[in-house]
Amino acid sequence: MITAIASLTILGAILGLILGVAARVFRVEGNALVAELTDILPGSQCGQCGFPGCSGAAQALAEGHAPVTLCPPGGRAVALALAAKLGVEADVSGVQDARPMIAEVREELCIGCTRCFKVCPTDAIMGAAQQIHSVFREACTACGKCEAVCPTESITLQPVQLTLHAWYWHKPVTQTTIAA
Amino acid sequence: MSEYLLLLLSTALVNNVVLVKFLGLCPFMGISKKMDTALSMGLATTFVITFTTAGSWLLEHWLLIPLGIEYLRILTYILVIAAVVQFTEMVIRKVSPPLYQVLGIYLPLITTNCAVLGLPLLNVQEKSGFAVSLIGGFGSSVGFTLVLVLFAGMRERIALASVPPAFSGAPIAFITAGILALAFMGFAGLVPH
Amino acid sequence: MKLFKLRGGVHPQGWKELASEREIRILPLPERLFVPLQQHVGAPAQPLVRVGEHVLKGQLIAASQGFISAAVHSPTSGRISAIGDYAAAHPSGLTAPTVTIASDGDDRWLDTDVPADPFLLTPEDIAARVGKAGIVGLGGATFPSAVKLNLSRKNNVHTLIINGGECEPYITCDDRLMREHASNIIEGVRLIRHAVGAVNVMVGIEENKPAALFAMQTAAAGTEVKVIAVPAMYPMGWDKQMIRALTGREVPADGRSADIGVLVHNVATAFAVRDAVRFGRPLVSRLVTVSGGAVAEPGNLMVPVGTLVETLFGYCGGFSSKPARLVLGGPMMGMELSTINVPVVKGTSGVLALTKGEIGREQASPCIRCSSCIRACPVGLLPLQMAAHIRAGDSAGAVSQGLKDCIACGCCSFVCPSHIPLVHYFNFAKGELMEQERGKLKQEATKKLADERIARIQRIEQERQAAAAKRKAAREARELAAKAGTV
Repeated sequence: MITAIASLTILGAILGLILGVAARVFRVEGNALVAELTDILPGSQCGQCGFPGCSGAAQALAEGHAPVTLCPPGGRAVALALAAKLGVEADVSGVQDARPMIAEVREELCIGCTRCFKVCPTDAIMGAAQQIHSVFREACTACGKCEAVCPTESITLQPVQLTLHAWYWHKPVTQTTIAA
Repeated sequence: MSEYLLLLLSTALVNNVVLVKFLGLCPFMGISKKMDTALSMGLATTFVITFTTAGSWLLEHWLLIPLGIEYLRILTYILVIAAVVQFTEMVIRKVSPPLYQVLGIYLPLITTNCAVLGLPLLNVQEKSGFAVSLIGGFGSSVGFTLVLVLFAGMRERIALASVPPAFSGAPIAFITAGILALAFMGFAGLVPH
Repeated sequence: MKLFKLRGGVHPQGWKELASEREIRILPLPERLFVPLQQHVGAPAQPLVRVGEHVLKGQLIAASQGFISAAVHSPTSGRISAIGDYAAAHPSGLTAPTVTIASDGDDRWLDTDVPADPFLLTPEDIAARVGKAGIVGLGGATFPSAVKLNLSRKNNVHTLIINGGECEPYITCDDRLMREHASNIIEGVRLIRHAVGAVNVMVGIEENKPAALFAMQTAAAGTEVKVIAVPAMYPMGWDKQMIRALTGREVPADGRSADIGVLVHNVATAFAVRDAVRFGRPLVSRLVTVSGGAVAEPGNLMVPVGTLVETLFGYCGGFSSKPARLVLGGPMMGMELSTINVPVVKGTSGVLALTKGEIGREQASPCIRCSSCIRACPVGLLPLQMAAHIRAGDSAGAVSQGLKDCIACGCCSFVCPSHIPLVHYFNFAKGELMEQERGKLKQEATKKLADERIARIQRIEQERQAAAAKRKAAREARELAAKAGTV
């Protein structure tokens, strides 16, 4: 009886000691994963996911508090990239790529209040006090922050017109009888 | 020497731990959707099995038998297994954070992989020597890795096929596993009767 | 000459007899021409004219911009009536920037710079003249020819191959051109050779065009140009297939033919080069095959760029039956048109009106893994596997199977017994990948802008604090001084 207790205790103590040393040697500083996840996210700090900026979202993803489908502007592509990085099965069927949108200023309504360009996370709006503002199409990420602060509903998100350059064939629809 | 080689071959192929002895089915179904993760899981399990077979043989012959406390066998073995798995987990977390994420819950679950406990117990039952235990354990885990990777490759292909709705998901995976097991029965012919 | 073994390929019914025996006719000048600004691969041309301006035939109306681009010239004399969006020759039915010219009926050429002997020009000069004439690859790829000439000279190209494959069913424009203008083509070929300094010059012509082969061989007699018959199969007109047949060499997957010292041009391009270099005439018209079972009188027409497809069908007697499908280009790689109110561009080799019996639109059924598509693929890919990846939404998996090397020739779809639209899958996936690529570029730019903004806000905050600290220090110093003064 005593031998059994003693031998198991000693065995447990030795193994615990080895693990304790190993835990010191192999300690992980910070979380490299967060940096990698931040790189995948769009980086426009738009806050549509509900976290403070993209690094906050990456932190939550790494800790498993957020689904990979959290990023609306990233759409399917980002959700799939995050799922691949985290090694989880992503159900991206619910993630619809939002139609590409862009902010547009209706010039007859703009009063030049400068509120929109102060909130724009990518400096995509040009303007000054009492001047009509305008949007740089290339820099706009359609985060919608400007739309929310505009007092006259002058700046709104509009769908981007499809160009010949961006057009491509739709996915073929096959009606296979026994397809999943 | 040839005896050990034959041992390696027979544990890996003929008496395959998954498809013939039906041990370790949990990770076999769980971590077999992608080939690269399956390979990583296989390698981690190989590491754990090789160390635990060696460790438990030493404990059996240097501790349990001399002190006459063989009734504590399963308890001590599990202790060793848990320690080795913990150690593996730490190493993987340090070396490859994405792999750590990918293996997720299945990494600590190597502890409860019945192949890991089963192999040392079988070694005791057959009264194997140290070298035979070690090589047998290593061979078995190589067999485990091989089957896991093969199965993952097949499932990757099946993911692309148009599987009838009634069979999609787990059912087709079980059918595939069954066919793979049938194929492995062919290795029985390697051993002359 | 010994020919080399080819991979893949199919033998679709030719249907060439519909138009191949019809002599080239010149289309009467249409009243209005719609000239798109982008008729080539690369950046669109920049318009140089204004609405209401009078232009002469051959006058530059849009200049090339950027490294890969081509100039656009007025196809006739007349007045610019509009510059704006007009339906493009494209399956999407979207519009593209287009210059509309109302013809004045004179068709008067701009005075051109005619060299005394084009063979005395320097290679650089020839390339420059080809570039100035806005010539693009007329086989269908529409890659700016001058860029190819310059690259080839830099890469020390030793072999010039002139592609007279014309493997697409129905299309006979190159065939007719070779029969009727063989000596002009040969002169163009020799000019290209002069421009790149190639040692070997070969013209490959499919053996199902014996008349063209004979005419070209006769015209090439006594010159350094070798005219060679190649097997008739589709896609023989794919430049890399032609290179393999004639030289036995394979162009690397991510390379160009110049990497193995070969330059390939189409016969029609050689013809256009001759016009441009000898007479200074830019590319403003091309030979177009009008064919198909629904066309009353199929034929080959010399057409000014910008003519509406509708005009072409009208000149060929209209439709004899209701066309089931309208195609721009050949039936294998061409584009389905939703309307005939689109202009002919530099790369248009044919316009087809096909009857229901000619198209065969069958319902797709599941893949039976017969691997017919693998045997048909001229690139050596696994179409069934790539399509399976794409169907499962895994475009990246398709890329790992070589999607980027797919030339969308349509051989796989053609042979598929299950009628799976394989090439449609590949076109979709390529488009999706392009979009992802654009998205990634935009994301990188966004990230940079956002970082710069954060840095700027921090800098301004720091400067504000520094200025406040400075003011405070100055005020304290003043107060101290004031205190010292009062004491």
